[in-house]
Amino acid sequence: MSENVIHAGRTGRAGSWLHKYANPGRFLKLVQPMLPWLSAISIILTVTGIVWGYAFAPADWQQGIASRIMYVHVPAAWVSMAGYAALAVCSFFSIIWRHPLADIAAEEIGPVGAGFTFVCLVSGALWGKPMWGAYWVWDARLTSVLILFFLYLGHIALIRAFDNPAHGHRAAAILALVGAINLPIIVFSVQWWNTLHQGNTISFSGNSKIYITMLYPLLIATLGFYLSFITLVCARVCAAIMERRTGAALLARAERNS
Amino acid sequence: MNLAPFIDGSYGVSVIFLVGVFALTYRRYRRAAARLRAAETR
Repeated sequence: MSENVIHAGRTGRAGSWLHKYANPGRFLKLVQPMLPWLSAISIILTVTGIVWGYAFAPADWQQGIASRIMYVHVPAAWVSMAGYAALAVCSFFSIIWRHPLADIAAEEIGPVGAGFTFVCLVSGALWGKPMWGAYWVWDARLTSVLILFFLYLGHIALIRAFDNPAHGHRAAAILALVGAINLPIIVFSVQWWNTLHQGNTISFSGNSKIYITMLYPLLIATLGFYLSFITLVCARVCAAIMERRTGAALLARAERNS
Repeated sequence: MNLAPFIDGSYGVSVIFLVGVFALTYRRYRRAAARLRAAETR
C-alpha cells in the first residue's frame, strides 16, 4: 500500500511539474530574459560553423571542395528531423493533456522546421548534381526527406484550415503523430535500401568515418543550427503568447465598453 | 567541372533562409511586445 502511495505521489509531482512549465505565462517569464543570450550564442556558433566550413575546412580526397556543402546540408537535415520529433512530442502532449502551450509550440515549430527541410533539400540537390550527375533521384533517403517536407507543409496548412482553432490543432496533431513514422524511415533508409545517398558518416559508437578537421566545423555548424532552431521557436512561441494576450485584452476592453 | 556555383548556391540558400527567418521572427516579436504593452496601458 505504501508503495502505491509513493507511486501516486510521484505521478502527482511529475504531473504538476509538467503543468507548471506548460503554463504560457510562466513560459514567457522564463524564456523572455534568455532570448537575447540564446540569439547571440546561436548566431556566433552558426556564423563560425558556416565560415569555417565554407572557407577553411579541408577538401575531401574523393569529392574535392564539393564536400563543403556538407557543413550546411547535414546540420539542416538533422535539425529538420529533430524539429519534426519536437513537433510530434508537442502533438502528443496536446492530444493527451491538451496543454495550450503544446498547441502554440506545434504551430510555431512547423514553419521553421519546413524552412530547414527546404534548405536540406536544396543544398542536397546542389551537392547531388556534381557528384551524381543529377539534381534529384528517387532514392529512399531523398524521397523520405521530401515526404518530411510535405508533412511539415500539411501540418502548417491543416492547423489553419478550421474556423475553430482547437479543431485545427487536434487534426494537425494527429497528422504529426502519424507522420512521425517517417523519422526512422529517413534515418535507416540508407541501411534498409540500396541508395545512391551515402551511408551514415558520423557514429556515436566511435566508428565515425570523418577526419577530425572536418568534424569540428560540422559539429559547430550543427550546434549553431540546433540553437538557431530553438531560439527561433522560443521567440515565435513568446510572440504568439503575447499576440493572444493582446487579443484577450482588447476583447475584454471592448466588452467593458459595450 | 566548376564546383563553386554549387557550393555558393548551397551556402547562399542557407544564409538567406537564416537571415530571413531571424529578421521576420525578430520583427514579429518586437511588434507583438509593443502591441501588448499598448493594449495593457490603454
